[in-house]
Amino acid sequence: MARLRLTGRGMWITALIVPPLAFVALFIVYPIISAFAYAFYDWQGLLRGDFVWFDNFHKVLFVEPYASWTRNAFTHNIMVFFALMVLQNGVGFLLAYALWRELPGARFHRIAVFLPVVLSTIIVGYLWKLFLHPLFGVVNQSARAIGLPWLAQPWLGQDSTALWALIFANAWHMVGFPTLVFLAGMQRIPTEILDAVRMETQSEWVKIRKIVWPLVAPSATVVFVLLFVGAFNWFELPYIMAGLDGSPYGSTDVLGLYFYRTAFGNVSSGQQDFGLGSALAVLIFVFIAAVASVITVRLRAREIQV
Amino acid sequence: MSATATTYYDRKGIIGTLGRDGLLQIILVANTFIMLAPIIIMIFSAFKSNMEIFQAPFALPDFGNVGNFVKIWTQTNFVRYLFNSFLVTGSSMVLILTLGTMAAYAIARYQFFGASFILMFFIAGLTLPLKLAIIPLFMLMRDIGILNNQLSLIFVYTAMGLPTTVFIMTGFIRTLPNELEDAARMDGASEARIMWSVMLPLVRPAMVIAGIQNVVPIWNDFFFPLVFIQNDDLKTLPQGLTTFMGEYNTDWGVLFSGLTLSAAPIILIYIVLSRQFISGMTSGAIK
Repeated sequence: MARLRLTGRGMWITALIVPPLAFVALFIVYPIISAFAYAFYDWQGLLRGDFVWFDNFHKVLFVEPYASWTRNAFTHNIMVFFALMVLQNGVGFLLAYALWRELPGARFHRIAVFLPVVLSTIIVGYLWKLFLHPLFGVVNQSARAIGLPWLAQPWLGQDSTALWALIFANAWHMVGFPTLVFLAGMQRIPTEILDAVRMETQSEWVKIRKIVWPLVAPSATVVFVLLFVGAFNWFELPYIMAGLDGSPYGSTDVLGLYFYRTAFGNVSSGQQDFGLGSALAVLIFVFIAAVASVITVRLRAREIQV
Repeated sequence: MSATATTYYDRKGIIGTLGRDGLLQIILVANTFIMLAPIIIMIFSAFKSNMEIFQAPFALPDFGNVGNFVKIWTQTNFVRYLFNSFLVTGSSMVLILTLGTMAAYAIARYQFFGASFILMFFIAGLTLPLKLAIIPLFMLMRDIGILNNQLSLIFVYTAMGLPTTVFIMTGFIRTLPNELEDAARMDGASEARIMWSVMLPLVRPAMVIAGIQNVVPIWNDFFFPLVFIQNDDLKTLPQGLTTFMGEYNTDWGVLFSGLTLSAAPIILIYIVLSRQFISGMTSGAIK
């Protein structure tokens, strides 16, 4: 009797656990492992050819023109990461600090700052593309109207400003996320500590640097790592606002676009190369995993010290 | 709170405090303006003609002028995209919450060999950027014959949503008391009965959090449809929007009303449920 119940229970647990496990195994684990395997083969369209060892990696990293495309895209990802560190996480921290004071209207400001976050990147991309239109866009129209005609630039059309326009649009879209994560971190700082600080110093700067910043370290860790992963996976916004080729002249090309173009081809050339694409994917993946773990370990250590 | 505030003013001087708070308030108001103005201009422009948009972009429109919306409703595939998005997102959410709760319940309520390993397996899926596995996923969908079929999206979204859901739900279900379960077991209820009638009614709050955390990225996703779906009648809203924006690229009023219509469902739900949205979407980042 007991044994029967035991097997019944075992079957019940199996029935609960196997279907979800199967989904994750089939659609996450298996594709990611395969991506590594694919990179070592020569591909003819959708057909897998010979095992070519590290040829694809070698090509992507050292053979022209691929090597300079890779370098170009990679440089842009680095720029995007650091710029967003300031414009998104830095501004987010400042806004969180302002919201934390619970000034009149804080609730409304909190809802407003998070509103763009719930919108699709596609909507945000098209919205800013229309706003940044050189002739009819709202941005240039207002610049001319308030007497600052030098601000009326073809922002998306010239290679010196296009990437910055994308970075700005991204910051507008996502700044609410770090803001509210930082805010939650600040709200968890015990009031006793804050009271004690007030006895010691009147300087707002000292308070932020010595108390608030160290105590929101766990929030900072999460926000930094997520931004890093996001910056190196950047695809939708440049795809919508700059196109698959990273126009103008590759000045907005990033690894996500480059990977997609290599793997699935673009409008001008229908050529697709799964081998090179997979090699790129593996390199990006390993890079993200390595750097993200280093950042996490480093920042975690900072959390414990405090 | 007011007591501490008083001492604070005493020490610092009311002018200094007001100056500081004033500056913070100015920052907040300026930021809120930057956040909301683009959305308001988008909605205004949806009711305007090209001429009005170019000449008076900030002017209040005549809200009775719904010509752009009528055009979208009758002349484009927009309603179809909207329906597809609801279908795909809805099916994925049902699967995620059902399968996620099943796994979390088994891991949290029963002791069995490998339980913690299975939890680790799910959590590992949390951190992997699945976009980079798009080539094998594409081949997999082709091999099982659901390329250019919405099932491909539903399956990928379900797999992507499971790690967070299992993570949130396991943590929550572990905190539920044993007494109810034991009492029901004493009364001879079957395991399935205990799960369905006794425990599940208690896990609803966690389901809401897990649901919101997943529903927004799925509703907004563009990347997987871009690769998996070619047939225009099967496109979801973000993907359909790219087709639509290309077709009407000279008619700005229609473009803006397309954007407004696409944004409307999620903005409206967000305004009603802002607190749940904020806690749901940031819950992964806040411990």
